[in-house]
Amino acid sequence: MALRFEVLGRFNRARAAQLTLPHFACQTPLFMPVGTQGTIKGLTTDQLEEIGCQIILGNTYHLALRPTSELIDELGGLHKFMNWPRALLTDSGGFQMVSCITNLYVAGIFYTQWHFAYIFQVSLLHLADITEKGVTFQSPVDGKPMLLTPEESIQIQNRIGADIIMALDDVVRTTITGPRIEEAMYRTLRWVDRCIAAHKRPHEQNLFGIVQGGLDPVLRDICVRGLVDRNLPGYAIGGLAGGEDKDSFWRVVAQCTAALPEDKPRYVMGVGYPLDIVVCSALGADMYDCVYPTRTARFGTALVPEGVLKLKHNAMVNDTRPIDPTCACMVCKNYTRAYIHCLVTKDAMGSQLLSYHNLYYMLQLSRNLHSSIVEGRFPECYIIPDSNLCASRNSNVVRFLWQFPKGDVPEWVCNAMDVAGIDISSCCSS
Amino acid sequence: MKFAVKALSSGKARAGVVHLGSCPSSIETPCLLLSTRKGLPIFISPDLLSSLPSPDSNLLQFSPLHLEGASSTLVSSGREVSKRCVNIGQEARWGDTTPNFDSSEGPSPKTISSIGGLHQMVGLHEYGFAAVARDSIQCLPECGSTNKTGASFETPCGRRLIKPVEYMEMITSMKPNLWATLADEVPAWANNKRNKTSVDRTVKWLDECIARSPLLLKLVGRGGQNRVRVNPIGFRVVRAGGAVFGSIVGGSNIEERKRCAQEVAVRNVSGYWIGGFGLGESMEERPSLLNAVTDNLPKDWPRMICGLGLPEEVLQGVAAGVDLFDSAYIYHLTIGGFALTFPLDRTEKIDYNYQLSDQGSDRTKINLRATVYRKDATPIVEDCCCYTCQNHTKAYINHLLNVHEMLAQILLEIHNTHHYLGFFRSIREAIKEGCFEQFQKKFVQSRREHLAADVVSV
Repeated sequence: MALRFEVLGRFNRARAAQLTLPHFACQTPLFMPVGTQGTIKGLTTDQLEEIGCQIILGNTYHLALRPTSELIDELGGLHKFMNWPRALLTDSGGFQMVSCITNLYVAGIFYTQWHFAYIFQVSLLHLADITEKGVTFQSPVDGKPMLLTPEESIQIQNRIGADIIMALDDVVRTTITGPRIEEAMYRTLRWVDRCIAAHKRPHEQNLFGIVQGGLDPVLRDICVRGLVDRNLPGYAIGGLAGGEDKDSFWRVVAQCTAALPEDKPRYVMGVGYPLDIVVCSALGADMYDCVYPTRTARFGTALVPEGVLKLKHNAMVNDTRPIDPTCACMVCKNYTRAYIHCLVTKDAMGSQLLSYHNLYYMLQLSRNLHSSIVEGRFPECYIIPDSNLCASRNSNVVRFLWQFPKGDVPEWVCNAMDVAGIDISSCCSS
Repeated sequence: MKFAVKALSSGKARAGVVHLGSCPSSIETPCLLLSTRKGLPIFISPDLLSSLPSPDSNLLQFSPLHLEGASSTLVSSGREVSKRCVNIGQEARWGDTTPNFDSSEGPSPKTISSIGGLHQMVGLHEYGFAAVARDSIQCLPECGSTNKTGASFETPCGRRLIKPVEYMEMITSMKPNLWATLADEVPAWANNKRNKTSVDRTVKWLDECIARSPLLLKLVGRGGQNRVRVNPIGFRVVRAGGAVFGSIVGGSNIEERKRCAQEVAVRNVSGYWIGGFGLGESMEERPSLLNAVTDNLPKDWPRMICGLGLPEEVLQGVAAGVDLFDSAYIYHLTIGGFALTFPLDRTEKIDYNYQLSDQGSDRTKINLRATVYRKDATPIVEDCCCYTCQNHTKAYINHLLNVHEMLAQILLEIHNTHHYLGFFRSIREAIKEGCFEQFQKKFVQSRREHLAADVVSV
């Protein structure tokens, strides 16, 4: 184990902690921006430090294809290769093989300027075939069938050298049902043993196990127990954020966080909408990752406390206000909506500035979650829309449920908060 | 704007200083104006821009046309977009251009005014902006469609015809530190008749632009307000909209070049903008064309040029007495994945025994896409102090280019701009030491020898 996890404060199930990794001491809850190919699109590492990014997520699948893990290893690991002094996390590579085709294709349509060649390659990728041995897929480079085994995934991740590495799991869509879910869950448990056995750098890298089991509480329970028995440095809740309904989503998170050990970090994979992060944090999760803030920025959408702001909209053309008047980021301090409007989706600078703002927003949300839990004012600042209370304590708080008119908070949020022991009945319609 | 020549070398090459109201310190010339798109450098965001040497990097060039579009939909003077396309007979062309065309592209002049002008809008308060319609990247003169009412440009939104009145509306709202009057630029192959027309039009538009320039300050004589300058001809008027640079054209015709320069020289301007270069003329004919212009201009006002990019071309411009240069060259290098590497230290002996196997290099620049850099863990230039070289390796940039990541362009634009600013510093030093001619010769010759060596080795 190469991490230390100290809980600094709690609010019912929510917790704020210091997670000390080999390269950085992080404050949780934390959001990890996705730097798929060894860079966060449009930002330099200095800018990422400036806005308070603590962990960057790298995608093993992409890095293994280009520039290859051998090259990264030869040049001293991913930290050195991309010149990022803080923490890194790599995924196992399995998820990308299964999901890449559709995801990137959709993203690429609007973003052809940078991804043109790439989309063509990825869209040729045939559906991956998963067997007990590993994941077989067609190489997007030369079309040959390739096999990714748990051993190989760990070997690649050992070469890349991130602070946190993920066990290879058998990913299935949460929307399907039947015996395939059960098979995937048991296989994930079998594979985690192969991953543990293959892990060559346990004192420098932390191997996280992934809880699978679809939306079935019984399967999730078996999986959590199985992983906890293996005493890993941390645990991830996988197989979510794939199109399941929100009520199922939070119930799985609530079940898993309740069953996972108190003294280990909990990572909800692929979760990134601000509201989801607040709810998951209330339920006791610590880490999140999502391409949403940067991807939506490239589509011209800004994250703001009230929800989202579509900068492409014609209403912005002569709007001389900043994106978010309460935001302290470089972009909001300097630019009007009118100016960003004329850049977005046309000029590289539009993506750069909006990505900067959106990541700042997510990281500020993480910081505010951390401090509000430590200071014992979590529900006041995040849940209950009481402007006076919030304004008096912190002028820059994220007033979370303000995006919903009174009484209009989604039911799943009300239900989740009820389980989290936070009373938001004043905002819920029922 | 204030300008003073401080040193001359080889007769015409000159080193000077330009002071702009918004910049805290004077900028030495000859200098580079950084290319921008809609007022910001193409890939360098404002927080990274400050990592470049200051005040050398504090002069930016922008095209008001980048922010045009809203005006055409908001102003009800019949300048409706669809009408205009029909008018110039370009229907077929419009069909396949961006579908956003009819929606407004940028803020209206009124909005830009209410934001407080360009400096305020792009958040670069301590930078100097020079407005020139042509940017040599996206906005290129299209002389075939230019007519007596206005100049035509190819832009990302299709072909646009800009009249002096529209141009001045933009200048008034954007408040650049200095701006060039609207010009009718023609390529080198234009015939004499077209050339003559372009000179006549450019001079006529100059008068029109000046007449329409915003808020005329009252004429002030010697010893008046410090923004108002006096020249031997008479009173200079500086307008609230910034210093006026009179445009000079004339294509590849020496007589027309001379005539245009003479016409503009007698007018009430604070500097000169030399257009019509980089449009097909040869390297050999350029010096005499440049001299035909600069020989007919007063010595004590700055001269800006558009379209000279390569180091050799810049040296030609400096030799003829040009002070300000645009940097479209940097953009083209960056987009192509190139990084400048030529030695900047003038005393350094250029290494002729450079490894001949060094692919992807022509000894002044390297192509970072080349596979030789795949595992190269060194910076682009070993002792370079730019952000890119201090933080990243060639291998990393090679990877970024391979996977089409935007950070590659950001890092390359930073390095290339930094390097080219260094080149201009060397030029200034050579002029101040009175050895510009040798500097130019040595530079051109060493490049030629390298290229020749490459040909032989192949």
